[in-house]
Amino acid sequence: MNDIWYGILQACQLIYTLDQDLIEISVRSLQVTLSALVISSLFALPLAAVLAVKRFKFRRFIIALLNALMGLPPVVVGLIVYILLSRSGPFGALDLLYTTAAMVIAQIVIITPLITSIAHQSLRELWSEYHDLLISMNTSHIQRIKTLLWDARRALLTASLAGFGRAIGEVGAIMIVGGNIDNATRVLTTAIALETSKGDFALALALGFVLILIAIALNLATHWLSKTEREGRW
Amino acid sequence: MFPLIAENLVVEFNGKHILGPLDLTVNKGDISLILGPNGSGKTTLLKSLHGIMKLKRGSIKWSCSDKSSMQKQMFVFQTPIMLRRSVLENLTYPLLLRKVSNSKVHRLATEWAEKIGLKEIMQLSATRLSGGEKQKLALARALITEPEMLFLDEPSASLDGKTTVEIENLLKSCTKNGTTIMMSTHDIGQAKRLAKNILFLNKGILESNQLAETFFLEPKSPNAEKFIAGEILE
Repeated sequence: MNDIWYGILQACQLIYTLDQDLIEISVRSLQVTLSALVISSLFALPLAAVLAVKRFKFRRFIIALLNALMGLPPVVVGLIVYILLSRSGPFGALDLLYTTAAMVIAQIVIITPLITSIAHQSLRELWSEYHDLLISMNTSHIQRIKTLLWDARRALLTASLAGFGRAIGEVGAIMIVGGNIDNATRVLTTAIALETSKGDFALALALGFVLILIAIALNLATHWLSKTEREGRW
Repeated sequence: MFPLIAENLVVEFNGKHILGPLDLTVNKGDISLILGPNGSGKTTLLKSLHGIMKLKRGSIKWSCSDKSSMQKQMFVFQTPIMLRRSVLENLTYPLLLRKVSNSKVHRLATEWAEKIGLKEIMQLSATRLSGGEKQKLALARALITEPEMLFLDEPSASLDGKTTVEIENLLKSCTKNGTTIMMSTHDIGQAKRLAKNILFLNKGILESNQLAETFFLEPKSPNAEKFIAGEILE
């Protein structure tokens, strides 16, 4: 129990004194996670809309596969990305291993199925509501997809936030492909793992509290900016 | 665009015969009301003619191309489908699909919002409107595009008398502009007030296609006679 109180106190102290290491690690965590989130969302949300609107061969298989991949073990993803990016791997020439770019790639692989599946659920419901209207208005597939993405934007934001939650708390994959190198690829989660292994539970807890604070703050800011749950608005 | 000629129209759904075979011609300026008991095929006929329901057999021919005809016709559903947007955005949606200039879009949307008495709440989410307001908005959203052909599926079902009259007045005003109307209803009074022609459907068969004044005096079908008399058809 003392460790927890000490951790909270130390977290407050680190934040109050604007500890340089903490700021650097936190900024890098956000950079990696937000980059992965933006790239993944740009791909996952339109894919979810296409899956909701268009009927094509293997559609059901793709949906089932994406649902299954939601539970993809991060360590396995890390291992596969590591093999692909290692010197002997097919993308070794890019020299991305042990860089933040490799961490972003691993996170994209982990969160894309999650965001796509959650977004697809929302868009499928909206499509069943809009189907007759949009068909009767003779809209093109692109117009239908644009309409669904815009009108479901609050639900899609939630899908993306779920992806953010998964990515910011991820440790296994980014530890493998990033290497947890000080001043280069160390982020909050890998720093927590390192401090725990060193036995410095208080510092590990302090970093953990900072991680939780960042996640909550970003969620609240997103909800506030998008005006969710406000009377009379969508 | 006119005449619309339907020949040997047959519609089946999941192997069950729903409508036809029937032949029908719709001329410019017609105001045709479809009467018939529940399950007689009224909605199916409307959706087939509009092109959003597949035919088992037969053909529907407009005197212009299919693509061009779809741009000139609109459909109002029995249960209004509202986009999860504001009243104003619902009105502007079909205009933006047609790439109407921004200044004209705003002017027309404001004019129609005023016509249907929703100008003061243009920014309110359309999903928060009452049933009558939603149906008026759905009708205005269809009429704002100045369609040459308007299909309406029992637009005043479950609405009170005042709203029904408002909807009928909107329909009367659009017929003055030359819009051709085909509408299903259970309301014989409404058919008497609006129709030039009456189509009487029973069990998917077009039993009568007459001018309104002769239909109510001398219906060609015995079932139509019973329907007018308020008897329950088996």
